Amino acid sequence: MSTESTTLGYNSKVEGEVVVTQADAVINWIRKHSVWPMPMGLACCAIELMAVGASRFDISRFGMEVMRFSPRQADCMIVSGTVTYKMAEVVRRIYEQMAEPKWVVAMGACASTGGMYRSYATLQGVDRIIPVDVYVSGCPPRPEALLDAMIKLQDKIGRESSVKNLTAPKAVAEKPAFAGKEA
Amino acid sequence: MSQADFASLKERFAYLTERDSADHLSVNCPAKHLLEFCTSLRDELGYDLLLDVTAIDWDVQTSPRFTGIYHILSTTHHNYIRIASDCLEDAQPSLPSLAGIFPAANWHERETYDMMGIRYEGHPDLKRILMWEDYPYHPLRKEFPLAGIEVPFPAADVAESANAKVLPAPMMGGPFVSPSGGTMREIEPQAKDESWTEKEEQH
Repeated sequence: MSTESTTLGYNSKVEGEVVVTQADAVINWIRKHSVWPMPMGLACCAIELMAVGASRFDISRFGMEVMRFSPRQADCMIVSGTVTYKMAEVVRRIYEQMAEPKWVVAMGACASTGGMYRSYATLQGVDRIIPVDVYVSGCPPRPEALLDAMIKLQDKIGRESSVKNLTAPKAVAEKPAFAGKEA
Repeated sequence: MSQADFASLKERFAYLTERDSADHLSVNCPAKHLLEFCTSLRDELGYDLLLDVTAIDWDVQTSPRFTGIYHILSTTHHNYIRIASDCLEDAQPSLPSLAGIFPAANWHERETYDMMGIRYEGHPDLKRILMWEDYPYHPLRKEFPLAGIEVPFPAADVAESANAKVLPAPMMGGPFVSPSGGTMREIEPQAKDESWTEKEEQH
């Protein structure tokens, strides 16, 4: 059997029990099917996030059910809710404590842009303090919307140059504040 | 006294004046008598549950500018009293703290201090409760813009690593507010265009 995929060439008559592929494809395949989310639940979006984790929507279908409340054990921060300036400090600190590789999903209007909170107390989008990979619209988004975002994140992880990143690790301190649009 | 009315209160506390009210009994009490009046309310008249502490900023030019508001409920007689107390100074407003007689006043007074800048004399731990401690303004004062004012980020190390600042929020044609009073059409939310803050956004 052979596939059309460029990342996987396998012919059982030729290779037998050996699968030839690229390191990037293997690493990304492993990473994207075992995303451990860090629920940064700050407001009502967190309720939808909980629904995503529960049986009706069931995030474990995508291998992401291991929600960790410790940044050391998580690799995807889901910022779900209004980020006040007072909380922004905490969000950034927890992001810095997460081990590489790490991703951020801005869930909902507030986390993406400040939402309806155009006020002195609210950070106008979490991308002002941490790089965001996927933005989810909605106030709050439906659980399906978050699942869609997580699938998009998986696609994005699948396109990363992981080997290059392994040999030359990203320096966190040098990341600009608006590094949300990385290819 | 089962049903407190203003006449019987006035007999006992000569310094009170009556205050217009749409619902419950409402009195003005001079700040220097506030503690004594509230202690009597609690111990002798059955007003034992402090429900709300807040304040009004009448306007920048008005004097007295700030008025402290207290709502107290009697859980035995099931009636409310509202007490208003003007702050004497307009620049450095202060009121006596009720935290000593009503523990519930503790956080309420911290919030009012945070938002309005009224100092509660005698409060055990008067510090900000909503905004971070170094924040230099009191956001619910009349002269403070809803969008906010540029100040340093709460934590210096995070400000440096994230290159973040506390900036005025873009108003995008807003804020959208409903005028009070009028027909239903007139009290629809309307845009008070304060989008002057957006110049800051285009950097």
